[in-house]
Amino acid sequence: MHIPYTTDVRPDTGLTNPKLGIWLFLASEVMLFGSLFSAYALLRSGSTSWPDQSAVLSVPFATLNTVILISSSITMVLAWVAAKAGELRRFRLFMGLTLVLGAAFMVVKAIEYNDKFSHGLLPSTDNFLGLYFTMTGVHAIHVLVGMVVNAYLLWPGSAMFRSDSVRFTNRVEIAGIYWHFVDVVWIFLFPVLYLL
Amino acid sequence: MFLKHFYSTDHKIIGLLYGFTSLFFLLVGFSLVVLIRWQLAYPGEPVPYVGGLLGAANAPGGVILPEFYNQLGAMHGTIMVFLGVVPLAVGAFGNYLIPLQIGAPDMAFPRLNLASYWFYFVGGAIMLGSFLVPGGAANNGWTSYPPLSDLAPGNGQTWWLAGMLCLIFSSLLGALNFITTIVQLRAPGMTWFRLPFFVWAQFVTAFLLLLAFPALQAAALLQGMDRLAGTSFFLPSGLAVSGQPLDVAGGGNALLWQHLFWFLGHPEVYVLILPGMGIVAEVITNNTRKPLWGYRLMVYSLFVLGFLSFVVWAHHMFLTGMGTVISAFFQATTMIISIPSVVILSSLILSLYGGSIRFTTPMLFALAFLPMFGIGGLTGLPLGLATTDIPLHDTNYVVGHFHYLVAPGTIFALFAGIYHWFPRMTGGRMMNDTLGRIHFVGSLICMNVIFLPMFVQGLAGVNRRLWDGGAVYAHAQEVLSLNIPMSMAAFGLAFFQLFFIVNLFLSLRGPRTVTDNPWGATTLEWQTGPVAALRVYRDPYEYSVPGEPTDFLPQNVGPAPRSGPAE
Amino acid sequence: MMEWLGLPPAASAHAAGVDQTMVLVHALMAVLFVGWTIFFTYVLIRFRRTAHRDASYHGLRGRWSTVIEGAVLVAEVALLVFFSVPLWSARVDAFPPEAQSTVVRVVAEQFAWNVHYPGADGRFGRTSLELLGPSNPLGLDRTDPAGRDDITTINQLNLPVNRPVIVHLSSKDMVHSFALPQMRVKQDAIPGIAQPVWFTPTATGRWEIACSQLCGLGHYRMRGFYTIQSPTEYEAWLASEAALIATP
Ligand code: HEA
Ligand code: HEA
Ligand code: CUA
Ligand SMILES: [Cu+2]
Repeated sequence: MHIPYTTDVRPDTGLTNPKLGIWLFLASEVMLFGSLFSAYALLRSGSTSWPDQSAVLSVPFATLNTVILISSSITMVLAWVAAKAGELRRFRLFMGLTLVLGAAFMVVKAIEYNDKFSHGLLPSTDNFLGLYFTMTGVHAIHVLVGMVVNAYLLWPGSAMFRSDSVRFTNRVEIAGIYWHFVDVVWIFLFPVLYLL
Repeated sequence: MFLKHFYSTDHKIIGLLYGFTSLFFLLVGFSLVVLIRWQLAYPGEPVPYVGGLLGAANAPGGVILPEFYNQLGAMHGTIMVFLGVVPLAVGAFGNYLIPLQIGAPDMAFPRLNLASYWFYFVGGAIMLGSFLVPGGAANNGWTSYPPLSDLAPGNGQTWWLAGMLCLIFSSLLGALNFITTIVQLRAPGMTWFRLPFFVWAQFVTAFLLLLAFPALQAAALLQGMDRLAGTSFFLPSGLAVSGQPLDVAGGGNALLWQHLFWFLGHPEVYVLILPGMGIVAEVITNNTRKPLWGYRLMVYSLFVLGFLSFVVWAHHMFLTGMGTVISAFFQATTMIISIPSVVILSSLILSLYGGSIRFTTPMLFALAFLPMFGIGGLTGLPLGLATTDIPLHDTNYVVGHFHYLVAPGTIFALFAGIYHWFPRMTGGRMMNDTLGRIHFVGSLICMNVIFLPMFVQGLAGVNRRLWDGGAVYAHAQEVLSLNIPMSMAAFGLAFFQLFFIVNLFLSLRGPRTVTDNPWGATTLEWQTGPVAALRVYRDPYEYSVPGEPTDFLPQNVGPAPRSGPAE
Repeated sequence: MMEWLGLPPAASAHAAGVDQTMVLVHALMAVLFVGWTIFFTYVLIRFRRTAHRDASYHGLRGRWSTVIEGAVLVAEVALLVFFSVPLWSARVDAFPPEAQSTVVRVVAEQFAWNVHYPGADGRFGRTSLELLGPSNPLGLDRTDPAGRDDITTINQLNLPVNRPVIVHLSSKDMVHSFALPQMRVKQDAIPGIAQPVWFTPTATGRWEIACSQLCGLGHYRMRGFYTIQSPTEYEAWLASEAALIATP
């Protein structure tokens, strides 16, 4: 069955279906993370003792991860530009880089988690750590999902590059919008959990 | 092959899958409540016939234990709301009808649509499976308030959380698909104000699902952490359970859950009712043979309702210790939100005026919806005023309030929809009218006999969720005996559903007796012809247009030649 | 109409206000329901297919329904502004001074109501988790000077009539809800939150404390009693309880 407006813009709404779909999805994601941040605010404001966050967590690790994730957003944009320009090799390069950076983020995260565990700092230690693990954990799952999508576009999905390049570029764009969102969430998580 | 239906991405097939699965869950939810009603009428007496099948851990000698009673209550609520009514109203009717009514070839994302069904299926399987885990299913109310739910022994509550996460994900996928479809795939000429009211209702519903459900998603994740990773998000310091201090970090907040839950919970109740209102609007216009009265005002009301439903949630929490200002805010929003409901209801009733009313089976259900919703909605008012909520909170009055809205309300609307669209969904088969009328009359009477006395009991101060129905309380004694006729009516209700079930299955195999458009309807789902060639020329309910030869003008019929050239 | 609603007998100072609001809301509901039902029935009969073959395209003319909708809003706002909000604010803001009230603590647990009176000195003794035990469900520290004369009971709340009562409500484990139907009092007892409630009993009698919030398998039997006594009876009761502590 042919679904209209998957690749071409519907004139009166100015949108393609996937574009609208991803924004709606992100709206619900905003509510999800919004709820988690609200929980954080409520628990913290109601607590009698809150640890010095930057002393418990490792700001250098998080800064490194912030840099990694922002860079990956840039490579993601470059991948999209390359796809749009029809340069498959450049696309592969930048998408590959995005994937590598995503993996680097996860590795740093794993080291960080491990470091906490080995010092006996567990989710159950206090509510701050509980929130830290929950919120960064949910975020990490989002990174992972993004990586799966990116990996799909990089290898099996890129067959579409030849068969239907407009659609393929749109897919890259959609994946990019998601990836930027994940990045933005981290940019909120970083100060809230590590610095404030 | 039969199995191929299970991976079809055709919205009609997915709609039917949703339909049958959700009817199955409605039956399950109903069976649980039959046990509840037995226990409330005859507390401590063994359940006849099936008592032995319930398992010694739940009902030794057939007598329902309090633990099991609480499982029945929590799972009845959960199953009815999340696995029965919403999937039927949104998943089945929405999926089946939205593309047809707007003239779209399918949903915008057919594969996502199938994924949504499968998440629903898995969520449902987890919920059902949880009855079998040691300790049984969740038994902390459908609201799952912590610390009770956090600390509940066994795995039932954890399964409940896992099941909810699947169902939430399913709803999110469904909701974004519906919105995209409605925005993007309307046929040429199908402008916003030519959309059938049903589509509008689904549109607003989808936004509620999309934006409210994530709050419960977050809450379920946090509760899952509390249960599995030992965090204490919902556990304050200084807890002592069974006389023993609890060994957790503490510092949590039990009310956090309630805020997150009701932030979803209130919009969710509109998710339960709006599609029902949409169905009723379709059935009423068709059977009065006249346009919907106040169509635009109704659409605006939907939006006001949808918007306000995000700012009334704490009216479920008046008695958690709320100051004057906050309570005044939530009381005010609650009173204001009742106005769009009044507008929609009034418009539906006024639509009847001047009609030529056909009392078909679907119309009977749709008509009964109006006063039943009236009772349910009106009894929301004393709950919405904090002062009168003091004596009524968590009594059977609340149970009566919402059942009038969901049972003779939404369930009737859904029945109306099934009888109405059955010929469309089965390619020209009709459901038996006599059986349908028996089903209607029996259900209407039984529902009222079950739910009306709940107000009496509630006003007398009888609490909800009591294993013995309040038998230990002196103040309940006067109204306790009502439980027996109420439960009898519940068993009667079950009996009358047999007429529906038999009718449904017989009619599915019955002959194709009617034409494509047996009700003489104007909306697109009844019109034949290739989708690609569809073009919409007129408002959704052009019935009895003066000077026209037929009493209905389908949306895709162009202007008559005498009033100008076509197109 | 008060009797029709079948509320439990009212025995507190603010109950009349609650009941009056209850009656007014139900009157509004009844008017709307009866009005609409009459119209509805009329329309169904008047415009049935056999009596009215040709539907009118325009249907009802005029916008009098808007007037009704406006009137409903006005009535609701009036109920809110003149009844519910003032009554509520009196409940939660206008607490009487503790010196002129009977002050008790009620601590809910699965599935009982622990009552804690400050005793003759008017001060509550320290309580602590470590001291919890089968014979000391409140964890009351008897070595604390303020706690020596404290009176504790389980599932029995005695109160003097015609004097404001302040109950400091909390919970040890789950969310419970402290309901005194005849007082028109209900308040959730939430662990981690100490919530005061106040009311003035105006009639003597012995009634039940009900738990209104699902709190586990024994929720249905989490029943206590409360007795509203004349001041002399109440003093006598306090004295007899105090004597029990003095001679352990
Ligand atoms: C479909 C579901 C649904 C709907 C639509 C509503 C609608 C409303 N609800 Fe209800 N509600 C629930 C489902 C619903 N509710 C559930 C499930 C609970 C309990 C959850 C739990 O604790 O387990 C609950 C609980 C609940 C509470 C908490 C009570 C308590 O726990 O103490 C409150 C308090 O404000 C409330 C208020 C309202 C109000 C003011 C409306 C208003 O929107 C209603 C407005 C409608 C009208 C005013 C009717 C107008 C109609 C007419 C005038 C026409 C009459 C017609 C004829 C006679 C033909 N509801
Ligand atoms: C949509 C929601 C919904 C629906 C439809 C119902 C329907 C019914 N409910 Fe339910 N109920 C709740 C939501 C709902 N309930 C919730 C949320 C609670 C609170 C739980 C809690 O305490 O946490 C509750 C609690 C509740 C209680 C209180 C328990 C307690 O406080 O201890 C009672 C008691 O009588 C009750 C009774 C009924 C009855 C008799 C029906 C009847 O109306 C049922 C009628 C059902 C049908 C008419 C189904 C028809 C369908 C079929 C027959 C399918 C046919 C199948 C095939 C063709 C395959 N319910
Ligand atoms: Cu305590 Cu219910
Ligand atoms: Cu609500």
